[in-house]
Formats: sequence, structure tokens, C-alpha cells
Amino acid sequence: MKTWTRLTAAAATALVASALVASAVWSQTVTVEEPWVRGTVAQQKATGAFMRLKADQPVRLVAAASPVAGVVEIHEMAMDNNVMKMRQIPGLDLPAGKTVELKPGGYHVMLMDLKQPVSAGQTVPLTLVFETADKRRIEQQVQASVRALGASSSMPPSSQSGHHGHDHGHRH
Amino acid sequence: MNSIDAAYARGRRRALLYTAAWLMAATGLSACDRSPTPAFRGIDVTGAPYGRELQLTDQFGQRRTLADFRGQVVMLYFGFVQCPDVCPTSLARAVEVMQRLGPDADRVQLLFVTVDPERDTPALLREYLARFHPRFLGLTGTPDEIAAAAREFKVYYAKVPTGSSYTMDHSAQTYLIDPQGRLRVVLKHEQSAEDYAHDVAALLRESASGG
Repeated sequence: MKTWTRLTAAAATALVASALVASAVWSQTVTVEEPWVRGTVAQQKATGAFMRLKADQPVRLVAAASPVAGVVEIHEMAMDNNVMKMRQIPGLDLPAGKTVELKPGGYHVMLMDLKQPVSAGQTVPLTLVFETADKRRIEQQVQASVRALGASSSMPPSSQSGHHGHDHGHRH
Repeated sequence: MNSIDAAYARGRRRALLYTAAWLMAATGLSACDRSPTPAFRGIDVTGAPYGRELQLTDQFGQRRTLADFRGQVVMLYFGFVQCPDVCPTSLARAVEVMQRLGPDADRVQLLFVTVDPERDTPALLREYLARFHPRFLGLTGTPDEIAAAAREFKVYYAKVPTGSSYTMDHSAQTYLIDPQGRLRVVLKHEQSAEDYAHDVAALLRESASGG
């Protein structure tokens, strides 16, 4: 009797645990690494958010939102004969298992109509909306750290201080 | 040694001297024609029939022309503040160029010409550029003045609507103007801070050695 109860309890725990794992997997379809937002000054109404995304199932980033911005769009930057062109794109495909980088010189989440300036050290909440192949929408919350406006785009923040410059500047 | 041999030897020495003199003259000529470090990493546009003047107002309200920067190498860039990507990347790179040049950076002036004068007010340019470098200058003007500056430097820009707002397409190259006020080099956005610093240093060296 006692053993049975213990077994039941264990089974129940296992069930709950597996359910938790399942839901965790469900909501963690996309791994978001090093999300960051470029800092702004007062009166500056727009900035970009950058990150690395990796999906375990093929999904598409179709929208984003943030409490700090009135309008959030997914943008692609392209150089065309030395002319910088930035355009909204309807979505960004994330093939399964492949890291897609949102970085200066490529894609970014454009935060517009900013409600207040964002400064280095702050955290900006972002909601990323992904669409699966069968048109289900998954929302994912991300906390993006704000980097100084003047920070170099090619370096992670940890290597920005005390740097004397000789091993970077070459894009991969 | 007989006299024929002696005459022959004198002739050979003379021929060698002529050759040496000609070589020296030739290399001397080429040193005057071309800079001592002809290999810029950007595009050498020395003698280009454009990019000769600029008349705008800086973020502190002072009228500026290229003549104000004689004795300095000018890094000239056209951009806008509400630009999330290439403009801060260019300005951060310019900061790195200044760091790489050390004390020589005192003879370098970055000019950031806004192509979005509607939104980039002098106050905004003051605050924005101060986040990069205390000596960077932002230039603005009437839409006509901006258009004239862009035409003079063959810079393209256009307003493009996005959602309820707009963004700007614009040329993203950087121009280097030498201490005599002559347009010399065009560097592409994709080039590194090292490439930029290399060409700025070459122009500073050239002017120090009398050009």
C-alpha cells in the first residue's frame, strides 16, 4: 500500500515533470542568443535590436513588439552600389538547426516611435512572434540588453572596454 | 693598361653614370607625380572634378566650409540619426580610427552631414554625436543646402516611407579630404577601421613630408 502510494506519487511527479519539459520545449522552439538594442539619445525615435536566432523546427519570425516602441518592424539592410537601403520584410525564415543572425549589415528588429530613450545598462523587453509551418503562432519573450550608442557593432560588450584595437574590424 | 683600354673603361664608367643619373631622375619624377605611399586601401580619386566645396551649418550653429579644415584630414560621411545600422557603425568605426591614430587624431576631423534635416535638429545632432566623440561635427542646413552638398559629392539619398514613418536610403561611403582641402580617397562601408586608419595616416604623412 505504502509502496503503491509512493509509486503513484513518483509516477505523478514524472508526469508533471514530463509535461513541464514538453511545454518548455514547446515554448523554447527558438533559441535567442545575445539579444541587444542600440542605445539612443533624447528625440531619437528609432533604433535597432539585434540577436542570434536558432529554431529546432522551421519557423518564420513574422512580428515583434516592445513596450518601449509604438511601432516594431522586421527590417533588412542591403548595400546596393554603395547605397544603404533599409526595408521592412514580411518575415524572416529560420530553417531548423541553423543560426540566423540579426546584426548590423543585415537583419534587425526596428524599434520606431520610441516612447523614451534607451540607455546602456537598461533591459528592453521584446516579444518575438514566430509562425510554424502549419501556421501556428508562437510568442517568445526576450530581454534585450542595451549597448551604448557609440559601441562598436562588431564587438560583444565584454570586449569593448580597454580594447586597443588590432584583432577585429574584419567581418566574417 | 694601354690607352685604348683606358678609354674603354672611361666610356663604361660614363655610361654607368648616365644610367644611374637617368634612373635617379626617373624615380625622382615618379616621386613627385605620385604620393610616396600610392597604395590607398580605398579608391584613389585624386583630381576628381567634384567634392570641392561644402557650405553647411554645424550642430553648434556655426557656418562651415571645407576651408575651415585646412591642415586636417577630413572624414566626410552622409547619414541620419534615426538609422539603426550603418550610421552608428560608421561613427563607431570613425571613433576606432581616432583611437588607432593616437596623437595624430588631433589632425583628423569627422564631418557627419545629415540627409534628414527635418528630424536631425542641431540639438539632436549635438546629443547624438557627443555619444561618439567630443570633436565630431554634425552638419545640417536647409533642404536645398543639403541637396547641394550631396550633389557636390555625388551622394545619393531618398526618403522611403515605412509604416507610419520614413527611413532614408543613402550612399554609405566615406570621403577623405587631405590637409590641402582636396578630395583624395573614397572608402566603402564594408572596409575595416584598419583600412580607414591606414589611408588617413597616409594622407597625414604625405602632408608632413611636403606632399
